[in-house]
This record gives sequence, C-alpha cells and structure tokens, in this order.
Amino acid sequence: MERNLNYNFAFLDEGSKREIRRSILHAIAIPGYQVPFGSRELPIGRGWGTGGIQITMSVIGPDDTLKVIDQGSDDSVNAVSIRKLIGTTTGVKTTTDSAEADIIQSRHRIPEEPLRADQVLVLQVPQPEPLRSVDPHEEVTRRLHGDGEYTGIWVNLFERYLQTGSALRGADHPVLTDGRYVMNPSPIPRYDNPKLDHAECLYLFGAGREKKIYAVPPYTKVESLTFDDQPFRREDMSGRKCRLCGAENVYFDEFFDAATGERMFQCSDSGFCKKRREKGGNCHEE
Amino acid sequence: MKNRTPVLEGSHITVRFGDGCPYCREHTELEKGRCPVCRTIWAVRDVSFRLYEGEILGIVGESGSGKSTLLKTLYFDQPATSGDCRIARYHDGQKNIFDTSSQQKRYLRNHLMGMVYQNPILGLRMKISAGANVAEKLIAAGNRNAGSMIGRTEELLQHVEISLDRLRDQPRYFSGGMQQRVQISKATANNPPILFLDEVTTGLDLSVQAKVLDLIRSIQKELGIAMMIVSHDLSVIRMMSDRTMVMLGGRVVEEGLTDQIMEDPMHAYTQTLVNSLL
Repeated sequence: MERNLNYNFAFLDEGSKREIRRSILHAIAIPGYQVPFGSRELPIGRGWGTGGIQITMSVIGPDDTLKVIDQGSDDSVNAVSIRKLIGTTTGVKTTTDSAEADIIQSRHRIPEEPLRADQVLVLQVPQPEPLRSVDPHEEVTRRLHGDGEYTGIWVNLFERYLQTGSALRGADHPVLTDGRYVMNPSPIPRYDNPKLDHAECLYLFGAGREKKIYAVPPYTKVESLTFDDQPFRREDMSGRKCRLCGAENVYFDEFFDAATGERMFQCSDSGFCKKRREKGGNCHEE
Repeated sequence: MKNRTPVLEGSHITVRFGDGCPYCREHTELEKGRCPVCRTIWAVRDVSFRLYEGEILGIVGESGSGKSTLLKTLYFDQPATSGDCRIARYHDGQKNIFDTSSQQKRYLRNHLMGMVYQNPILGLRMKISAGANVAEKLIAAGNRNAGSMIGRTEELLQHVEISLDRLRDQPRYFSGGMQQRVQISKATANNPPILFLDEVTTGLDLSVQAKVLDLIRSIQKELGIAMMIVSHDLSVIRMMSDRTMVMLGGRVVEEGLTDQIMEDPMHAYTQTLVNSLL
C-alpha cells in the first residue's frame, strides 16, 4: 500500500509508540495481567478496535506484512478500514493469507491455520476485565486480582450452569493464564480457546476504550475455567462442511436461504477458505 | 465452660474514625463515643470478649453504640485500628487475625466464619439465583464440582424451608424473611465454627421474626456453631443468647449471663434498657 507521507510512520508519534511498547513488554512479562496504558486518540472511535490498532501501530515495521480480520472475515467494513488506516500510514504490504502475515490484527477469531513463532496475533478487546460483572469498581477488581480471588467468576459460571445446564459460555469464556491471572480471551468463540494454550505465536490483547494491554507469551499454559464434573467442550462442528471449499472440522458461519429454507455452512475464516479454493481440489463454487 | 479454650477471643479491640487527640485519649467515657474536641469517633473502644464453643453471645446496645462495627471488624469488613483477635482453629490461636495478609483474611472468612447481615443486599447478590448465592460460599472454600454443589445447595435451602422450585429465582424477588433464610443457609454452607448475626430480625414482622429465630436456634443446636448475635432488641437477646454484652458509646459497660443481666442489671444504662422492656 502507498504510504501517505503527511503522517508519521504508523500514525502515532514516536513517544506514544515507545510508551505503548513498554506496556506491551510489561504485559508479556506477566502473562494475563492487565497493564494500564495511555490510550491515544485515533481517527477511529474508541470501541472500534483502537486498542488493537495502537498495539499494531507500535510494533509494526516497514518490512512487515499485515493481515486484518473481523470475525474471521478479511472484507468486512471494519477490517477494510483498519487495514486502510494502518496501510496508508505505514506503506506495509497487506495480505489475506495468515501464513504470509507477520502481524495479524483480529477481532473475535483466531485464524484456523496454526500460527508460527515469528508471528504476532493482536486481538481487539471490548471488555478486558473478567471481574467487571462481579464488581463495577476498578479498585475492587484490582484487589481481587491481586489476591487471586476469583470466586465471583466461578459463581457466574455456576449460575450459568444452574440456569442453562452448561457452565460454558459461547464466546469470551474466561481462562486462567499461567496458573495465576484469570483473563477474558476477548470475545473469541469457545472453539478458539484451546488455540491459546501453549501456542507458538505471541498473543497481544488491546482494549483502547478501557486503556488496558495484556498478553499471552508463547508456550504459556492457558486453561479454560470449568468445573471438575463439567469438562470443557468446543462447539460441536462435526457433520458440517463448508459450502465453498468443502473444509470440515473448522469453525463455521451458518446461513439460511430464506427462499428455499436451506441451511448452509461456510468457513468463518475467509482467508483460510480462499486459500483452500485457490489451491484447488475441493473447490465447488457455483 | 470456663475451662475450655474459646473459639474466638478478642482483646482490646478499638475501631476509631479519625486520628484522635490528647483529650479523647485521656477520657474514655465520651458521649456517643464522639470526641467534643477533635470530633474523632471511637466506634469500638477497648473491647475484650471470649466466645466459647457452641454458645451464643448476645451484644445489645442502642443505635450507634458500636455493636455492628465490632461484628464487621471481626468479619474483616472494617479494619481494626488496634487490638488482637485469635481463632482457636487458626494456628491454634497463636496468631492475631488482624495482622494477617488479605489472602489469609479471605481464607478465614471463607472457611471459618459466616455472616448474616441486617440488610440482605450486603450478604446476597440480588441478581443471581438463590442457589448460586448459597454455592458462592462453597466455591469460595475451594469446591469446583458443580454436581456436588447443587446437591449441597438443595439440602441447605430445604433445611431453611425454601422450596426447591425457587432455587433458580433471584433473591430480589423473595420476601424479607426468605432473604434472611437464604442468607443463613449461605452463611452456614460449609459448617463454619463461628457465625455472626447482625440484627437479623430487624424489619421483619413478629411471626417471621419468630420463625427466623427458631431456625437459628435449631441450626445452633444441630451444628454446635458458636454465634455472636447483635441486636438492639432485648427480647431477641433474652430468647437467644447464653451470655450478653451490653455496649454503650463503643465500650462494653456490662457483661454476664443473660438471665443475670435481665434480673439484676448493674449499670444505669442496662437498668433503663431492662425497664423499658417490661
């Protein structure tokens, strides 16, 4: 992408980037701990991925390749605008192939292809605090984190179990990072939770509105919280097949054809789906 | 009873709001516990007591006498300014529980104590079900088995006569008496040796009061929990407690067997209190 020279490289000024990088290092040093940082103003409203953008802007270099995903899709409005903003202010190469990218910024999904040690996944987080539903006060929740007092989160899971018969949440199911801090994995589907555990890549989480950065370094133990007699289960994707690329055992989006009443599935990770189709083989697009 | 070691022993507990001044340090008998010079409030002043196994200790006093503050201090809702408190089952009573870390305090609260507040909002989460409220105490004590917790919760709620079809209802839709009963089953969920009851029957009508008090009595008989009951209502104290402490202006003015205090009050304040009852 062509770089717009009216802006500093990666939009933010060097001092801001340095401060954010320091917070990132702090976060990596304490897995799962939420590091406060001075969230900057961006030409995109808070709550629209500004935490992720600031992390990406701070760590990106001119030789990096960028991929931006929104709910698995490379072409949704949000993904396109963010890619355009970062692309025009840095001039970096962009891609839709997660294997080619050095930095992947994502909302609500972790790509299907396992990420490598030289890759960074930046996740946009709306609500970083797993204890927020337990207590609205920042002072109290920090104290609870300090004491490792996570009873409130377990009570919420128990309440879910009592009311619905399952303690598992659809998205944003809380995880225990490195045996110490409970964290929100950003609203990724429960299907993606196991990908955080002992991953090769670095996961960075940015919450712009809430002004917090946290991280899961490579090869860190990440356990999803579950009761002893209620084992963790991913969403059941068996018996489903992508209508475009024929993939099985991936996370699917579900469609209904209103006219025929037909139920269809399609890979939620559009880059992955596109790559499979380009390689040929299972392609049966109409 | 005298020979036994107390389950809970407090000595010289003081809770002060303000820094104090030479005047109020000198004068212990301040009106309403408030210093006229520096306006420091001595909510609890130099209170010592012993709570023995399986006994009910009543604390009576007018409003503002510091009885609730004392209970909140013992339950770590309110930090003590100074003083010493020991629990027999915690390091054999060799450690002052006020001097422990916040994690240790949480441990003590979750494993060795239970609290029933006057206002159920303090003791219960109003927007989650009664069942999950009771289970909170079990989870806090380290239980991570959902099936066994549901079993125990049902058992506890049945014991306080709450029908199981209300298990999944939120306590904010319950009546005041029911909320108190949920609080009681939550507080006793993991059989703590000590239970604090802060004005549990205030604001309930007489028949419900009697029911709640009966329930507390039966739980006490059954489990042998040592209890501290705070009330401004002397009839509650007379019905429930074995021994009674009378508080005035943050200090204990009289202490003894409940019958003795009722029949033969020594302190002028206790005399007016007992007279007003009759």
